[in-house]
Amino acid sequence: MESQRVEPVIKFALLEDILNLARANSLWPMTFGLACCAIEMMAAGASRFDLDRFGAGVFRPSPRQSDVMIVAGTISKKMAPAIQMLWEQMPNPKWCIAMGNCAISGGPFEYDGQYAIVPGAHLIVPVDITVPGCPPRPEGLIQGILALEDKITGGEHRNYLRRFRRMGGRG
Amino acid sequence: MGSEMASDWIRIIVGLIIVLAFSQLNALFLVWLERKVAGHIQLRYGPMEVGPHGILQTIADGIKLVGKELITPLSADWKLFVIAPVLVFMPVLVAFLVLPFDENLVIRDMNLGVLLIFAFSTLSVLAILAGGWAANNKYALLGAIRSVAQNVAYEIPLLLAVLSVALMTQSLRFSEIVAAQCRVWFIFLQPVAGLIFLICATAETNRAPFDIPEAESELIAGFHTEYSGMRFGLFFLAEYTNMFIVSAVATALFFGGWHGPFGFSFGLPGIVWFLLKVYILLFVIMWVRWTFPRVRFDQLMNFSWKVMLPLSLLNLIVTAAVLKFI
Ligand code: SF4
Repeated sequence: MESQRVEPVIKFALLEDILNLARANSLWPMTFGLACCAIEMMAAGASRFDLDRFGAGVFRPSPRQSDVMIVAGTISKKMAPAIQMLWEQMPNPKWCIAMGNCAISGGPFEYDGQYAIVPGAHLIVPVDITVPGCPPRPEGLIQGILALEDKITGGEHRNYLRRFRRMGGRG
Repeated sequence: MGSEMASDWIRIIVGLIIVLAFSQLNALFLVWLERKVAGHIQLRYGPMEVGPHGILQTIADGIKLVGKELITPLSADWKLFVIAPVLVFMPVLVAFLVLPFDENLVIRDMNLGVLLIFAFSTLSVLAILAGGWAANNKYALLGAIRSVAQNVAYEIPLLLAVLSVALMTQSLRFSEIVAAQCRVWFIFLQPVAGLIFLICATAETNRAPFDIPEAESELIAGFHTEYSGMRFGLFFLAEYTNMFIVSAVATALFFGGWHGPFGFSFGLPGIVWFLLKVYILLFVIMWVRWTFPRVRFDQLMNFSWKVMLPLSLLNLIVTAAVLKFI
């Protein structure tokens, strides 16, 4: 992935930092679930877990208005083209979280001779963060989103708006 | 003559800058408030991390939206597509011309002010139709069509409700209508008209439970399905500014404008009363949105044509009769 990155000729460091800070703190996910993991994603948006605290609770129905695609569930071969199309329809800059074992590697449905499952979201879209579990708890998804925020700002110490430290976060 | 022209221009430019700044700030605040209200109604907190109690959340959202890629679909009518988000914002600005914030705080006190606001607010429907049509997307087009149908249906009872107020004051000038309410607000004299106005205003601004044009469960995101980045942001901004205008008009027509309740001002200046009432009304609109589920489209139309229209007509006739015979 890294070798494909095109660096801009002129860099506006401060502007980039401010933009990235804003992007990290307003990650709008797409309203999009594939299987049982989606239920946990909904739970993460509801009370008790409340993704909106981190500015990530605005689930946009249209891919044109969303920033992060949470692949939450089993990717069947029939669904794969649709997921790819949704990914293409999202405007840059965009990110992808693979949530649950199915989206990471096929999970319980991956065995010799299986014919129905795409084993892993990384085979069809570029994945930034993986959240393991079957299903991951909502806290897991929140941890994944915080990790994505840190990836966008370039490390937790540069996320100036963060008022706590992420457990196991790379400082 | 020359200096008069110049001072007129300065007045217009300063007014425009103030109005633009105010409408943006107001929209930023309202979006934050909406998310907080939604959160607390659903036993959540809403935005908490960006600034104290998330007060800077909308600024982060805005900066992010500016930094997003602007996509114009290949099959779209790109001229209309680009112009529609700007068009939707223009009429909103015009409406600020005549809003009476205080006895002497109004940009232009026209004698047809009420008419002007409603004439221009109808224009934003045209922009929505243009945007939905230009995107060349079935969901966007369906959303736009629904928006037009809904606006036509709710404009009529809305105007009839306003007409009964105009009958009582014999004026379409905001300052005279507000001045007539220095003792008793019109919501007490015209409760039916007030209620009709509030319901129709919610429908006019496409707010839930009447947010049929962007019903997520059926139409993806309705008329702005294809809009990304700040173009979508402009639609959003226009919606919140529209909400403010509708509440301000309701305040001026039914809730006594800059007057305190029953003639007591408690030493507060008029603009404080005015804004206080406007924001309370805005809170009520949000409260309604997060409490009631969305209605179906046929229910929406039936409600307008079979209930609201006869009721508002009846109210107008009764008002006219009472005014004639007392
Ligand atoms: S990882 Fe487990 S919970 Fe998630 S979609 Fe797959 S089977 Fe369902």
